[in-house]
Amino acid sequence: MEEPNLNYINELAGDDNDFRATLIGVIKNELPTEINEYQDNLAAQNFNAAADNVHKLKHKISVMGMEQSYYLAEKFENNLKSSSTLLQAEFGQLLMAMQGFAASL
Amino acid sequence: MARAIITQMISKDPELKLAKEFSNAIPAIKFLNQDTEGADLIFLDIHMPDFTGFDFIQTIRNPPAVVLITSDKNFATDAFEYDCIVDYIVKPITEDRFLKAVRKAKAHRILESAGYATSVAAAPTAAAPIVQDIPEYKPKDTATEFYVNIDRRLIKIEISSVNVVEAKGDYIHIKTEQKNYIVHSTLKKIEEKLPETLFLKVHRTYIINTKKIIDIEDNSVLIGKDVIPVSRANRPELIKRLNML
Repeated sequence: MEEPNLNYINELAGDDNDFRATLIGVIKNELPTEINEYQDNLAAQNFNAAADNVHKLKHKISVMGMEQSYYLAEKFENNLKSSSTLLQAEFGQLLMAMQGFAASL
Repeated sequence: MARAIITQMISKDPELKLAKEFSNAIPAIKFLNQDTEGADLIFLDIHMPDFTGFDFIQTIRNPPAVVLITSDKNFATDAFEYDCIVDYIVKPITEDRFLKAVRKAKAHRILESAGYATSVAAAPTAAAPIVQDIPEYKPKDTATEFYVNIDRRLIKIEISSVNVVEAKGDYIHIKTEQKNYIVHSTLKKIEEKLPETLFLKVHRTYIINTKKIIDIEDNSVLIGKDVIPVSRANRPELIKRLNML
């Protein structure tokens, strides 16, 4: 699996350390909430709402520089829209990797 | 996250002023429909809870230029249905891509003020940074091309290369110096994209590039190898455009 990284954030922020810190703060702040919402909706079998959560998480995935995982999320989002949970396990692993990375920042 | 990035990029351009940012569509709509100063450009997310960017555009009275921000590539063709949408950025946003979108918005503003573009009733998302005070630009900075949707591909056509546009039922036939294109559109829609200084509707089914006229005979003009009819009603305007000796 791809490793989350800060390449995009570093490139975007350049020498602006405040902006870099802002972006990292947004990730640390928003990611756990978004993941919780996704898990709650999935548990309740609210697939469309869970697809919306995955859609929002896609931006975090791309910001964490994980191109391949982005496509995985895109497919999973479409599966959820069709009430299918195919790729749920893979997406779950991706979220764990992102959470671990965010916590280490 | 996207709002934080856009806000930062706006702050780096001295010609842009952030009017307001919203995390929710409803107060953004109120702001745009009530605010007397208005806004010249909106950065709008397509994907919002219970609301799409397209719904947003249709809800505001006089939509200014809109740059759509999205994680979805699938809405690009829908976006081009709205004249006010000047660009479409797929996340993650890069600085180069942001600057390009701003350039397009500035060009759109000039064309609009010159009467070449119309604001279409048709936008944002959970986050909508709204920008004011885009400065007027000189015509040389304006866009010189438009895009057509053919078989789900957006193809760029240089405005100066267009010779003739002919209406054929539900389609228009765009003839350029190099190639011809059949596009599902109307003469009225393409007329809104073409500068009036160059193009003239000479017949119910024809718009011509007046710079490409080879000769004029009675009620027709020769452009390239095509003889284009000129209706009696449009002939005086055509004659007025000619630099007669």
